[in-house]
Amino acid sequence: MSVNATVNASDYGASYGGDVIIDVRNLKKHYKGGEIKALDGINCQIRRGEVVVIIGPSGSGKSTLLRSLNLMEFPTAGQIVVKGQDILAKGVNIDRHRQKMSMVFQHFNLFPHMTVLRNMTLAPMTLLKRSRNEAEKTALDLLERVGLRDRAGAYPDQLSGGQKQRVAIARALAMNPEVLLFDEPTSALDPEMVGEVLEVMKSLAENETTMIVVTHEMGFAREVGDRVIFMEDGVIVEEGTPDELFNNPKSDRLKMFLSKVL
Amino acid sequence: MTGFWESAPKWLVDLKDDFVLNFLDEGRWKWLLEGLGHTLLITLVALLIGLAIGVVIAAVRSTYDKNRESMELHKSVGYYVLKFFNGVCHVYLTIIRGTPVVVQLLIMYFIVFASSRNSLMVAMIAFGINSGAYVAEILRGGIMSIDNGQFEAGRSLGFNYVQTMIYIIIPQVFKNVLPTLCNEFIVLLKETSVAGYVGIVDLTKAGDLIRGRTFSAFMPLIAVALIYLVMVIILTALVGMLERRLRKNER
Repeated sequence: MSVNATVNASDYGASYGGDVIIDVRNLKKHYKGGEIKALDGINCQIRRGEVVVIIGPSGSGKSTLLRSLNLMEFPTAGQIVVKGQDILAKGVNIDRHRQKMSMVFQHFNLFPHMTVLRNMTLAPMTLLKRSRNEAEKTALDLLERVGLRDRAGAYPDQLSGGQKQRVAIARALAMNPEVLLFDEPTSALDPEMVGEVLEVMKSLAENETTMIVVTHEMGFAREVGDRVIFMEDGVIVEEGTPDELFNNPKSDRLKMFLSKVL
Repeated sequence: MTGFWESAPKWLVDLKDDFVLNFLDEGRWKWLLEGLGHTLLITLVALLIGLAIGVVIAAVRSTYDKNRESMELHKSVGYYVLKFFNGVCHVYLTIIRGTPVVVQLLIMYFIVFASSRNSLMVAMIAFGINSGAYVAEILRGGIMSIDNGQFEAGRSLGFNYVQTMIYIIIPQVFKNVLPTLCNEFIVLLKETSVAGYVGIVDLTKAGDLIRGRTFSAFMPLIAVALIYLVMVIILTALVGMLERRLRKNER
């Protein structure tokens, strides 16, 4: 998204170019007095322009981690430092933070009582004070990018699952976010619709959009991910490039996981 | 006209005499009219009071339910204030829904507002407070029935809680709860028929007064029943029209 992304890269010894925009430090989410540990000490960094794919068995905490990043879930300990500011600290305007970090959900969550266009212009007009013309122009351009410009006037119920998710991605982009979070974006889709959504995500990745993706699509992780994080039982077990993780898994847990999903 | 009644069958003549006795003699139809006026007045004001109470309570209760987790993270003054009001609402709902409306009306009239002789006003307040509890739960149910994903989508775009409610949740809730809310209004309209307990001449009481005066039950009571029925049918039809219009705007 940003052209100046590489300026501070050396500070972090980054191999992916961009500066760190999200720094997760020892993040924990415990329930029932520590009996259940959804997240148990997560440390990771997200750099500008990279595509990070989080994989792992269900119940491993990958969705919880992703949803913690825009505080859809509330961690019980640790820090999430976004551009130098800990968003878990007291007095942080979380709504302002979320505007810069859009989310795409497994079940799309389009607003059923609004047209596609209105779904996309509501937030920019209300929160970013864009004029209707400006917001609609941006929305139509984005719909063009996801191949649905002709469906601008349709209601969500009139769209297929794949179309809904493409609209949801366009809606997220309409806020011009710095980071896009994807929470299993293809898991609720019929198999023949997975491809069209992954295509859109791939084109975003090629445009240097910073993306964090929780998915079961190993093909996508391998092909599009700059970095893959493997989680199990609330901790990061292994982390590296797709090549490192898929071709040379070090831990037994990852080997076992890959043997089941590949 | 006289010719017609002389040759008419006996049952028809009896019916006519009954009608004249109950409605025309001493202008008794005016009692019904006055009663109807009181019924409508009580219902209308109680409805407005009930809606106001219901909206406030539903807002407090659902806000508490939806934000409890995030507010427990940093317990601020607002958290304790909301928790307190949520508790108050809970007590109110329990008491109102746990006791009969007639008893509430009597308590209001003979205890709470014992010094007031304005029974009409007391009835409006009593029925309003009663209806508020049901409206509150209908609205809260409507809010909670909206998929949590809608809240998340709104919040994830950067809308705060109130904006999410206004732009995304309430429009969907309104359409969903309309039939149930309409039902509550119908119930309210008919429940006001116990207003006679505190000396109000509402529609039911008016019919009963006529019956007591004429010793003829059929005409006045059936007339009262028909008037309620017609009002409910009209109300139902109006809401049906509104519902269809809301739905048409969607697809």
